[in-house]
Amino acid sequence: MNRRLSLFNVTSLVLGFAFLYLPILLLVIYSFNASRLVTVWGGFSTQWYGALFRNQALMEAAWVTLRIALLSATIATVLGTLAALALTRYGRFPGRTLFTGMVYAPMVMPEVITGLSLLLFFVAIDLDRGFWTITLAHTTLTMCFVTVVVQSRLMTFDRSLEEAAMDLGAPPLRTFFTVTLPLIAPSIVAGFLLAFTLSMDDLVIASFNAGPGATTLPIKIYSQVRLGLSPEVNAASAILIGIVTLGVIAATLISKRSALRSSKEAH
Amino acid sequence: MRRAFAPWSDPAAKPLIRFENVTKRFGDAVAVDHLSLNIFEKEFFCLLGPSGCGKTTLMRMLAGFETPSEGAITLGNQNLAGVPPYRRPVNMMFQSYALFPHMSVEKNIAFGLKQDGLPKDQIADRVGEMLRLVQLEKLARRYPSQLSGGQRQRVALARALAKKPKLLLLDEPLGALDKKLREETQFELMDIQHELGMTFVVVTHDQEEAMTMADRIAVMDHGRIVQVATPGEIYEQPKTRFIAEFVGDVNILEGHVQGLENGLWRVKTPSAAEPLTIDDPDEVLNSGQAVAIAVRPEKMVIQRDPPPPGTRNVLTGEVWDIGYLGDWTVYRVKLATGEILRVTRANASRFVENPIDWDEQVFVTFAPDAAVILAE
Amino acid sequence: MVERSLTRCLAAGLVPLVPFLWLCVLFLVPFLIVLKISLSDPAVAQPPYTPVFDWSDIAGFFSQLDFENFGLLVEDDLYFRAVLSSVRIAAVSTLLLLLVGFPIAYGMARAPERHRSLLVALVILPFWTSFLIRIYAWIAILKPEGLLTQALMGIGLISEPLDILNTETAVYVGIVYAYLPFMVLPLYATLEKMDDTLLEAALDLGSTPWRSFWTITVPLAMPGIVAGSLLCFIPAVGEFVIPDLLGGSETLMIGRQLWSEFFSNRDWPLASAVAILLLLLLVVPIVIYRDVEARRVEARP
Repeated sequence: MNRRLSLFNVTSLVLGFAFLYLPILLLVIYSFNASRLVTVWGGFSTQWYGALFRNQALMEAAWVTLRIALLSATIATVLGTLAALALTRYGRFPGRTLFTGMVYAPMVMPEVITGLSLLLFFVAIDLDRGFWTITLAHTTLTMCFVTVVVQSRLMTFDRSLEEAAMDLGAPPLRTFFTVTLPLIAPSIVAGFLLAFTLSMDDLVIASFNAGPGATTLPIKIYSQVRLGLSPEVNAASAILIGIVTLGVIAATLISKRSALRSSKEAH
Repeated sequence: MRRAFAPWSDPAAKPLIRFENVTKRFGDAVAVDHLSLNIFEKEFFCLLGPSGCGKTTLMRMLAGFETPSEGAITLGNQNLAGVPPYRRPVNMMFQSYALFPHMSVEKNIAFGLKQDGLPKDQIADRVGEMLRLVQLEKLARRYPSQLSGGQRQRVALARALAKKPKLLLLDEPLGALDKKLREETQFELMDIQHELGMTFVVVTHDQEEAMTMADRIAVMDHGRIVQVATPGEIYEQPKTRFIAEFVGDVNILEGHVQGLENGLWRVKTPSAAEPLTIDDPDEVLNSGQAVAIAVRPEKMVIQRDPPPPGTRNVLTGEVWDIGYLGDWTVYRVKLATGEILRVTRANASRFVENPIDWDEQVFVTFAPDAAVILAE
Repeated sequence: MVERSLTRCLAAGLVPLVPFLWLCVLFLVPFLIVLKISLSDPAVAQPPYTPVFDWSDIAGFFSQLDFENFGLLVEDDLYFRAVLSSVRIAAVSTLLLLLVGFPIAYGMARAPERHRSLLVALVILPFWTSFLIRIYAWIAILKPEGLLTQALMGIGLISEPLDILNTETAVYVGIVYAYLPFMVLPLYATLEKMDDTLLEAALDLGSTPWRSFWTITVPLAMPGIVAGSLLCFIPAVGEFVIPDLLGGSETLMIGRQLWSEFFSNRDWPLASAVAILLLLLLVVPIVIYRDVEARRVEARP
C-alpha cells in the first residue's frame, strides 16, 4: 500500500504543529529576555534564572510539589495496578459496576468538583490541610489514570504466555512475577509517569486541599500570573519544559528498545 | 518397524490416558459430550476435526486449563481432577508458541527446569541437549522476536520437551509454518517422538498432517469422537460420510440397496444405468435401505473408449473441467444427473498421445472393492 | 492444601479490595458529603456551614434537609446563564477542535509509517508539560501590544492593536490549544486503522474524492470523532483555569462560579449545590462516553 501525503496533508501538519509548539517556543525565548516587560525584547540575559533560584518561596513550593508528586504517583501506581488486575482478571465480582464507575468518574469529573468534595471530606474528618491532604487527593485522582493505562495493556496481553508458564510448573504467584509483571512493566512505568506529571501539574485540586503549611508550584505560579506576566515564571516554565523534554526523549529511547522485543509477542 | 506398534489392539495393554465419559460445558454450550478415549504410552495420537469440534477443549483439559464438568481423566494411575497445570507431568506446545518475549531462547527453555529447582549445571546441560535436539545451538542468546517462524516453533518444542514430560501436548504445532517447512517439520516431529519415546497428543485441523504423523487419529465432530483408527483405516474405511468427506477427497453416490449377490452388495443409483456392485462385506444392510457410496477419486478410472461388456460399475458423463497438477491430473466429470465426479489420474509418463479433452464423452469405472458403503 | 488455598483466597481477594476501599473512602464518601452539604445552611463559622447531621437524630436530619440552595440557583439567573454559557463555550470549542484536529490527524495517518510514532509523540509531548504554563504562554501572545499584535502589525496585516485577551475568543483559543491532543489522538487511532483500499475502491466505483471523504472516511472515523468530542466537551464544561486566565471577568463559566462561591464568597453549601448542578449537567455525556469507551475496548481483539 502506498500512502502519499498531499499538499493539504503537509500544510495541515505544519500548521498544526506550529500551533502546538510556537507558544511554548516563544515562552522559552522570552525567558532569556533582559527586559522586565515580557512581550518586548530587550536583549539576551539569564538574569531571570538567577532571580528564580534566589526566590526562596518558589523553590520551596517546587520542593513540596516534587515530594507530593513522587509519593502520590508511587501509591497511585500500586493501587492502579491492583485495580487494573481486578478489572481484567477477576471476572464478575460483587461491586464491580460500582468499582468501574469509581475508576472512570474521577477522570471525567471536572476537577473543581473532585477538589471540593475531597476538601469537604478532609474538613469532616478534621484532617489538617497541607502536604498529606494534597497527596491523598492526587493519589485518588491519578490512580484512576494508572488503572486505565495498565488495564489496556492487560487486555491485549496474550494469556497463553501465563498458561505456558503454569504448564511448565510455575504456580500462579510465581507466574505473575516472572511473566506477567515483566511484560506489563512498561505500562506500569507509563502509568507512574502519567500520575507524576498530573500531580506536578495540578492546580485546581491542590488549591482546594492546600493549607498554610504547604503550597505547590502551580499554586504559586498561578497567583503570580494573576498579578500579571512575570519573566521569572517564564524562566521556571522553561526549566520545567526542558526537564519534560529530556524525560520524554529518554522514555522514548527506552521504550523503543523494549518495543523491539515485545513487538512480536502476539505471534 | 513402527507399524508393529499397536497397543490399542492388545486387550492386556494398560492405557496411559483414560477419558471416562467426560463432558465439558461452557454455559449452555457443550464443547465435549460424554467422551471416552484411551491413549497408550509412546503413541503419537492426533485429534482431528473442524474448528469448534471440541478438540482444543479436550487438550486443555489434559493440560489442566479446563476442568471437566462430568467424568474423569486419569494419567497413569493418577486421577487428574483437582491437579493444577503446574503440578501435572504434562507439557504443552502452544499454538501461538507462547514464547516469553522478555527471555532469550535459553532462558525460555530453562524456564520449566528452574521451576523444578534443578541445580544450575544440570539446567545448563539439559538446555544444551535440547538446543542440539532442535538444532538451535547458535541462537541460544537470541530473543523470540529475532527468530523466524520455524525457529520459534523449534524453541517452543524444546521448551516443552525440556522437562521430559510423560505426555506432550501439541496444539496445531505446524499451523503457523509455510507448506514446505511444514512437511519437513512433520518428519522431524516423528523422529523426535520416536527418539525420546514420549507420548504425543497433537491437535490439528489439517488431515494431511494427521495422516502423516499419527499412529492413531481420533476424528471429532460436535464434541464427540466419530472414529478412532489408524490413518489407513480412517482413509480406506471411514465410518461415516462426515469422515469420508473430511479426510481426503471423495465422490458420494446415493442409492438404495437391492440385495446381496455372491457376497457383493447391489445398489441401485440414479447416477448409473446398471446397479452398482460393491465389495464391503462387513456392512449389515437391509434391502431398500438408503445408502451412500463413497469412492476416492484416485480409485476411479477415466477412459474414452467404452469398457468391455460385463464391466462392473460404469458411469458415463462429459468432461467438465481438467486441472493439471503436475503429478496428478484432476478431471471433473458431469453425469447425466448433474452430479460432478472428481477423478484423478497419475501422470506416469511425460507425453500422452491424444489426451482426453474438455467436453468429451467419457466412461468412469471403479472396482467393487474400491468403494465403501456408508449407511445414511 | 486447605490452608494453602485459604491464604491464596485471602491474597487474591486483597487485589480488588484495596483499591476498592480506597476509592470508596476517598471518592464515594466525599461525594456523598458534597451532596449532604449542598442541602445544609451556610453559617459564619469554621467550617462555614451548619452540618445538618447528627447520628443520634436521624429523623431530625431528614427534616432539616432543605433545597434552599438549589432554590437559590434557580432564582438567581446568574447560575442559569453560567450553565448555558459553559455548555455553549464547550460546544463551540469542541466543534473548533474537530475542525482543527481532523486535518492534523488525517495528515498523521497518511504520513509514512516510519514517521508516525514520532508524530504521535510530538502531539503528546505538550500534554506532558504543565497545563498552566501552556495557558500562561498565550497571555503574552494575545494581550494588547502582545506578540500576535506585534507580528500582525509587523507584516502590515492590521493597523490597530488586537484586543483579544479577556474575551471569549481567547477562551476558545486556549481550549483548542490545550485540548488538541485529546481530539487528535482518538481521531488518529481510527483513521490510522482505516484501509486505504476502501478509498481506492470508492474512487474506482466513480465517487469523487470529496464524496468519498464524506461517505467513506467520515463514517469510518465516527468512533474517533465521538470519543474525541466527548473527551474535549466534558472537561471543557467544567473548565476553570482557561476562562480565569484568558477569559476576563465577563466570561461566565460554571466551574469558575463554583470556585468563586467557594473561595471568595465562602458559601460552601452553595458551592456544593453548584457542584451537584455541574455534575447533573455532565451525567448524560459521561454516560455516553463510558458506553463508547466500553464498546471501543470490547472491539479490540
